Amino acid sequence: MKLTLHVWRQKDAKSKGKFAVYQANDILEDMSFLEMLDVVNEELIAKGEEPIAFDHDCREGICGCCSLYINGRAHGPKRGITACQLHMRSFKDGDTIFIEPWRARPFPVIKDLIVDRTALDRIIQAGGYISARIGSAQDANAILIGHDQAEASMDAAACIGCGACVAACKNASAMLFVSAKVSHLALLPQGLPERESRVLNMVAQMDKEGFGACTNTGACEAECPKEIKITNIARLNREFLRATVI
Amino acid sequence: MNLDAKIPSGPLAEKWTKHQAEMKLINPANKRKYEIIVVGTGLAGASASAALGEMGYNVSAFCYQDSSRRAHSIAAQGGINAAKNYQNDGDSIYRLFYDTIKGGDYRAREANVHRLAELSVNIIDQSVALGVPFAREYGGYLDNRSFGGAQVSRTFYARGQTGQQLLLGAYSALSRQVGLGQVKMFERHEMLDVVIVNGRARGIISRDMVTGEIKRHVADSVVLATGGYANVYYLSTNAKGCNATAIWRAHKKGAMFANPCYVQIHPTCIPVSGEHQSKLTLMSESLRNDGRVWVPKKQGDNRKAEDIPDDERDYFLERKYPSFGNLVPRDVASRNAKQVCDDNRGVGTSKQAVFLDFRDAINRLGKPKIEERYGNLFQMYEQITGENPYITPMRIYPAVHYTMGGLWVDYNLQSTVPGLFVLGEANFSDHGANRLGASALMQGLADGYFVIPYTMGGYLGSGGLDKVTTEHQAFAEAENSIRGLTDKLLSINGSKSVDYYHKALGKIMWDKVGMGRNAKGLTEAIAEIKAIREEFWQNVRVLGSGNELNQSLEKAGRVADFMELGELLAKDALHRNESCGGHFREEYQTEDNEALRDDDNFAYVGAWEYTGKNSEPVMHKEALAYENIHLSKRSYK
Ligand SMILES: Cc1cc2nc3c(=O)[nH]c(=O)nc-3n(C[C@H](O)[C@H](O)[C@H](O)COP(=O)(O)OP(=O)(O)OC[C@H]3O[C@@H](n4cnc5c(N)ncnc54)[C@H](O)[C@@H]3O)c2cc1C
Ligand code: FES
Repeated sequence: MKLTLHVWRQKDAKSKGKFAVYQANDILEDMSFLEMLDVVNEELIAKGEEPIAFDHDCREGICGCCSLYINGRAHGPKRGITACQLHMRSFKDGDTIFIEPWRARPFPVIKDLIVDRTALDRIIQAGGYISARIGSAQDANAILIGHDQAEASMDAAACIGCGACVAACKNASAMLFVSAKVSHLALLPQGLPERESRVLNMVAQMDKEGFGACTNTGACEAECPKEIKITNIARLNREFLRATVI
Repeated sequence: MNLDAKIPSGPLAEKWTKHQAEMKLINPANKRKYEIIVVGTGLAGASASAALGEMGYNVSAFCYQDSSRRAHSIAAQGGINAAKNYQNDGDSIYRLFYDTIKGGDYRAREANVHRLAELSVNIIDQSVALGVPFAREYGGYLDNRSFGGAQVSRTFYARGQTGQQLLLGAYSALSRQVGLGQVKMFERHEMLDVVIVNGRARGIISRDMVTGEIKRHVADSVVLATGGYANVYYLSTNAKGCNATAIWRAHKKGAMFANPCYVQIHPTCIPVSGEHQSKLTLMSESLRNDGRVWVPKKQGDNRKAEDIPDDERDYFLERKYPSFGNLVPRDVASRNAKQVCDDNRGVGTSKQAVFLDFRDAINRLGKPKIEERYGNLFQMYEQITGENPYITPMRIYPAVHYTMGGLWVDYNLQSTVPGLFVLGEANFSDHGANRLGASALMQGLADGYFVIPYTMGGYLGSGGLDKVTTEHQAFAEAENSIRGLTDKLLSINGSKSVDYYHKALGKIMWDKVGMGRNAKGLTEAIAEIKAIREEFWQNVRVLGSGNELNQSLEKAGRVADFMELGELLAKDALHRNESCGGHFREEYQTEDNEALRDDDNFAYVGAWEYTGKNSEPVMHKEALAYENIHLSKRSYK
């Protein structure tokens, strides 16, 4: 199939960017979206033009590197997958595709489709952990955790930290990301001793990074490639309230 | 050169405890006077950085991704082994040790493997303490599944995302240390060289991948935890960025490279769909718990799977290996898949695939159970192939997956360069000629959480470190040579892209240094790799400049290293006139096509020394002494 691509090109953080238009020919259904970009890049190189820069690594939906805004949607048109899992059979011959980086103030563009997401790491560094000294742990089966409880915690822990929730949110809120970590740990007995300080510190850092507030639009849940539930945000709010009241 | 593995004396099961007691300690107040560089934030690097930081050392950690949480370990699916014997099925530290040595086809060091089995139990405890949500039974106890090469159920898992959860555990411990200021994190920084001063590793040269700035970093010791080199084959299950640059450049600075030819080809991957293929996707080994592998009995059978009656199906693994069935080790499963395809019984349009069928498991357990166990893998498969594996059996084929070889290390995980430690997949230490499933995660975390914290103290506590700064001549020289290399790559301005050369190299490697190797093919491969490397240096096109984010430049440096490593890999394969584990030399096989080992001549680790650009590498041998396990023919029948 043949496609027309409008791709965001931006030399570096300081430069202004703009859309460039490329024709992608000979694209096969079996290609992944990123393989389609590989083909376009090879053609650009052959013509002596710099290839399009985009973040990617695992190409199987788990590392959270890829971060493309495709036709106005984080990770593209299909639910529950990342851009690297999107295959060209989701498009048809003659389609026009717009490809942009994540757009959010706390994620400045570094080049083309690549943004700086270290703000998310700083939120984790502020408290998204359990302080368990290495070498001091008790036997794993000494902590009993019911099957359903473990599964619920795992549902939240499945977040890949890609930032799609922030990109999808009109307020650039990171609440889904923060709530996933808070829930993952709050649902486990091991996470309870630091429950209050964790949520307070993470939320404080989130605000400091300039992420917006949550106004319950639900775009984050709709676009999350791991289908992290918005109910986590309700839990985050409860945890936060609980910590401030205590 | 004498390869002293520094294995502690005494009975096998007491060596590590004894060694721990004998190693030097550094008092807490003094630890903060030491600087340690850790390159890599996968399971091995993140756990090492967290542990060392927590102990009070000043750590600088590096990764090439935008976040330490994205290291390739995140992609591990199936699980992690530990000798907990929670299932009461006869597991023990000894049995895990034995299975690992046997799985590795008797080419690993006994003492290292025993320590690994001992530490395996602590890993599960530590990970649970950090909040890893492993699968649980209804009573709240930890659940297990089975992996290849074992007859006990000792694999712990978190759905199909075990690597992700273990890495997020280590990452959270690392993040805590970053927050406390004990670890300084350098994301999007690629290590391009190690700096050696007075014979010891004292720092690295890195490139800031956003600004292009080349930086010097000085330390008292350097730890490499940079993962494996499977991408030398271009197509592999590894993440696109996985590379050998750190270990290869360390090799060129004096660290010996051990057993490069031991490469693992994983039996259950989604087959190649065309020229555009950029990487291969693994379907976890755990699927072989419930999936049955088969091909049609008839050659060239084009019927759909559903239309082939049971008595016309060949469940070849169950037929040939009744006691392990579909759960034979990876090398055995891969080779057998290749054999049936070579016999014109492959399936799918390419005929380079076999079926992995869940029909019987779905009938036995019901669809919901299968969905709970493997839901995300089935979904992943359907995304990629457009086929629904609940209805049509999966098509799978072997793909390059893991590298057992790596930098040679002694019992302390120290390379042949003093002060340079190597952890995780980057070293060669524990898996011999074949790694068992769910054992890489175990090794990475054992190395990082529990081994290096002790052996680092042993090294630093022994003293003898001079005061060194980045002004030292050795830093200037290393920096200059890296600048020279970058300039050279950017100035060739030839006609072919970096990927073109990477693919060309990969094709040679897969065709001639892949699942079946022979002297003729290997000799040809060595000549072809040389030729393509020469062409690369004349004709590669790397656009853009060095002072900016430049992904072509990053790739070019990595591919340049793969082109050298590929040749060494082929040479190692050519010298090893036997078949063992993942290394299958067609000249050395039994009548029923099993690997034929030669213990009299090859029961050693082959460690290669770099001797310069235009001279042949020299191999040194570390003899493998089996004092506790009797060398025997590996059989899974
Ligand atoms: C798809 C897949 C599934 C797997 N499933 C399992 C499983 O179920 N069980 C199991 O036991 N094993 C599994 N494995 C194997 C296992 O995941 C790896 O062997 C293991 O995670 C390697 O960990 P590591 O810490 O050594 O390296 P990695 O996790 O590869 O980390 C390497 C680190 O080094 C950094 N790095 C590399 N080069 C440089 C450089 N030059 N400069 C700076 N930083 C650098 C990277 O940024 C990264 O942080 C699987 C592997 C794959 C590919
Ligand atoms: S590249 Fe890893 S999630 Fe897309």
